[in-house]
Amino acid sequence: MDIEKRLLEHDKRAAARLITKVENGDPEGYKILQTLYPNSGKAYVIGVTGPPGAGKSTLTDKMVKALRKQGKTVSVIAVDPTSPFTGGAILGDRVRMTDLSMDPGVFIRSMGARGHLGGISEATSAAVKVLDIMGSDYIFVETVGVGQSEIDIVKNCDTTLMIMVPGLGDDIQAIKAGVMEIGDVFAVNKADRDGAKRTAREIQMMLDFNKDKGWRPPVKMVIATENNGIDELIEAIHQHKAYMIENNLFESRRVENAKSEVLELIKERIERMILDQSQKEEALDAYAKRVAGRELDPYSAVDKVMMDMKVKI
Amino acid sequence: MMFNKDQISVLKDAVDRENSKTQEKLQKRPERKNVFTTGSGAPVNRYYTPVDIADMDYMNDLGLPGQYPYTRGVQPTMYRGRFWTMRMYAGFATAEESNKRYKFLVEQGSSGLSVAFDLPTQIGYDSDHPLSEGEVGKVGVAIDSLADMEILFDGIPLDKVSTSMTINAPASVLLAMYIAVAEKQGVSADKLRGTIQNDILKEYIARGTYIFPTEPSMRLITDIFEYCSQNVPLWNTISISGYHIREAGSTAAQEIGFTLADGIAYVEAAIKAGLDVDAFAPRLSFFFNAHNDLLEEVSKYRAARRLWARIMKERFGAKDPKSMQLKFHTQTGGSTLTAQQPDNNIVRVAIQTLAAVLGGTQSLHTNSKDEALALPTEDSVRIALRTQQIVAHESGVTEVVDPLAGSYYIEAKTKEIEDEAYAYINKIDEIGGAPKAIDMGYIQQEIMDAAYDYQKKVENNDVIVVGLNKYQVEEEAPKGLLRVDPAVGEMQKDKLKTLRQERDNAKVEAQLKALKSACEGTENVMPLILDAVKAYATLGEVCGVMREVFGEYQQSVSL
Amino acid sequence: MNKTIRVLVAKPGLDGHDRGAKVIARALRDAGMEVIYTGLRQTPEQIVSAAIQEDVDCIAMSILSGAHNTLLPKVVELLKAQNADDILVIGGGVIPTDDIPGLKEKGIKEIFTPGTPTQVTIDFIKANVMER
Repeated sequence: MDIEKRLLEHDKRAAARLITKVENGDPEGYKILQTLYPNSGKAYVIGVTGPPGAGKSTLTDKMVKALRKQGKTVSVIAVDPTSPFTGGAILGDRVRMTDLSMDPGVFIRSMGARGHLGGISEATSAAVKVLDIMGSDYIFVETVGVGQSEIDIVKNCDTTLMIMVPGLGDDIQAIKAGVMEIGDVFAVNKADRDGAKRTAREIQMMLDFNKDKGWRPPVKMVIATENNGIDELIEAIHQHKAYMIENNLFESRRVENAKSEVLELIKERIERMILDQSQKEEALDAYAKRVAGRELDPYSAVDKVMMDMKVKI
Repeated sequence: MMFNKDQISVLKDAVDRENSKTQEKLQKRPERKNVFTTGSGAPVNRYYTPVDIADMDYMNDLGLPGQYPYTRGVQPTMYRGRFWTMRMYAGFATAEESNKRYKFLVEQGSSGLSVAFDLPTQIGYDSDHPLSEGEVGKVGVAIDSLADMEILFDGIPLDKVSTSMTINAPASVLLAMYIAVAEKQGVSADKLRGTIQNDILKEYIARGTYIFPTEPSMRLITDIFEYCSQNVPLWNTISISGYHIREAGSTAAQEIGFTLADGIAYVEAAIKAGLDVDAFAPRLSFFFNAHNDLLEEVSKYRAARRLWARIMKERFGAKDPKSMQLKFHTQTGGSTLTAQQPDNNIVRVAIQTLAAVLGGTQSLHTNSKDEALALPTEDSVRIALRTQQIVAHESGVTEVVDPLAGSYYIEAKTKEIEDEAYAYINKIDEIGGAPKAIDMGYIQQEIMDAAYDYQKKVENNDVIVVGLNKYQVEEEAPKGLLRVDPAVGEMQKDKLKTLRQERDNAKVEAQLKALKSACEGTENVMPLILDAVKAYATLGEVCGVMREVFGEYQQSVSL
Repeated sequence: MNKTIRVLVAKPGLDGHDRGAKVIARALRDAGMEVIYTGLRQTPEQIVSAAIQEDVDCIAMSILSGAHNTLLPKVVELLKAQNADDILVIGGGVIPTDDIPGLKEKGIKEIFTPGTPTQVTIDFIKANVMER
């Protein structure tokens, strides 16, 4: 079976299988991506994040439906970054997107953390490329936003959508500044609930502190379950895109993203090289023991590892 | 205080001394297990003494039977007055087949009917809807229109029987059909006795046959409360159900905590809709499970009664004692039955029957031994009913009201379950009420944790289920199971086709239109539903109109 | 390579009792598998479509309503039509013993009746998913 050819013919099974391959770290998968990479870059990639219970899946479901009405093809990658020690996961985001399953213009994929070496962001961005090559007009990358790995998942997008809800207590303050800063567009979901306006005000205040960006992220009120405010939200995403293009930021953002991706891959490859060459971590463990026992300092340990590997940096 | 403080402290010292002596002996001769627990996994002591109930205040906490807080039962005479209603849940295939089974049950001494509907009916789809494929008549009877309902109750005088209908999301529609059938029999609505389950919150939590989102669902429920208080005064308008919560894997205390939290939500909704609490609360009823841990279950029912009485009196300011009395139906626990050595299930059901009766139930369905395999046959239904009759007539437990009261263990356990259930209610209040806690998946998550914990215990043989993980035998596949004729689906489709040709379609359309505008507004929808079903609008058409206006519920994910 | 078995756990048909489906989902997770849970009231078409997009190794369906003879074979048929019959299909729930041979003949590889330890299901999936 020729995955490459079928993928270019928009075949969902080929895309699904190729994602499995890259997710499994199968070199064949990356080889195919190397060949087809020039065919990517056409999709508009939207990162969606926010605290647990914000209604990300429901809102994504509604945005996908709105885009489908405009005749666009859409993919969704739903990422669950939580990783229990068994490596297993229960991925339940599809429950909220049941009626999209049958739409020929929609592709939904759930991804778990699996304790990937390079973090899940690498597997996610490979999956984005696959769906981009398959011909999706829009790709949503959805993940729960609580920590660094989630930031990594959504930050390499064209537009990052941050979803908040009223009534989660002091979450806005609690969420690290770094997480809030990546938002290009904000949505306050469940806007019919008490405190929605206050939540919006708090976001605005926080944005006031970050005026250095030329783009002022809009804050949109939505009620996902009632399909309320969805078109306006998509419009805001499009405005962000238009702003970037007008100000020559679109290309520079993609360059920036590419740079950080390449850097990540380099880091990961070096890490893997070291671990492989150190006989599956054994040598490293031995050094670690000595460092912890204060027999050796960590800086000299690095020198020694590098020397063992005969790598000069 | 029932006990003198000095006596308690002397006793406490004695207990402590005895326990440390026993502890030493255990070194040499350990007990069977390190930790002893109830069927719900709650730890239990070696024995109980007055020390464990030293805080109990008899009149405040127990009272006499028929007295607040009704811990000892809602009537002063209980089963000396009359036995509980022996109500066998039945229904399958077509209205014709089920009608035969009801007549059989009445002949066998069953004192109330209990209607099981098939899944399309429960979810508001006609038998010819694509999603009904393969489901018609399977877990209950298929009812598409008033025509089916007329057949279902043919020859059964509705002023003589009390009928319980396990119907939730479309409860208003089935109740309307029942009222319409009665009218044709010449029985006025104020004579009708029975219950509709009508408990949507537990559908979201555990049973899954929901249709509409929470808010319009709550409105339909309060519309029914209001309509019945004026027109069908003897009807129990809701059966707030812990049964399915328990079947989904909850503990006994969770069953009570979550069910009463649902109850609180219904009372609040009705009060918010402008009803007086004493106008509708006397018609609220409950529905609980009976599992195998006899003493824990008895304590559970007693705790539920006490807790509900206090909630109604203190939280909602109810004045009518009937508003404070928790009356409940019980069904023996389907999930406790095993597909292995099914005859053993007869014994389990007998224990559970005792639990329900010792706990003061108002009505009871006993499961048939083959329920873990398929629909019950007539023979197995008869044994299940006979089990109730043996407990009623031969066991002697019915001759004394609340005979286990005063047992140190029973009273301590009653208090413990009450406290644990109350803690859950407080937690749910903090979240913002049961609907919100369900929306967040909190309740479902708690139940799933308990269910998974139990499953692991069974697989590790920490819990023994006879015939399943101990005392297994090689078995032949069971024979003679009841099957629903696959042609039932086609038969219902044909009936629908004829119906749609023969009825006055202009009238149907006009009634559905009127219903739609009522749904969009705020008036009570019950009279309009009644008009629509009388014009032979189908269940699917009526629910279709409501789906259009109200939308559909989105299940919350909690794993 | 980092191969993880992916399983779609689905409830076909209209029955809403999901205790069994959720228990098996948790057990498969704890056995290191990735479980894609699709929730209640899934049509065979939705199940197959999700299975293909998720590229699962196995579809595990739980059904208690008695509609198994209609719905489970339909899933296998639809998989075949999409050349996706390398996906292992198994079922569980209240399914009479008499029906099991017929279901197996139609391509459902195993039926787990009430009381089956989750470990049995886990072992069966591990032993029977196809190398891909």
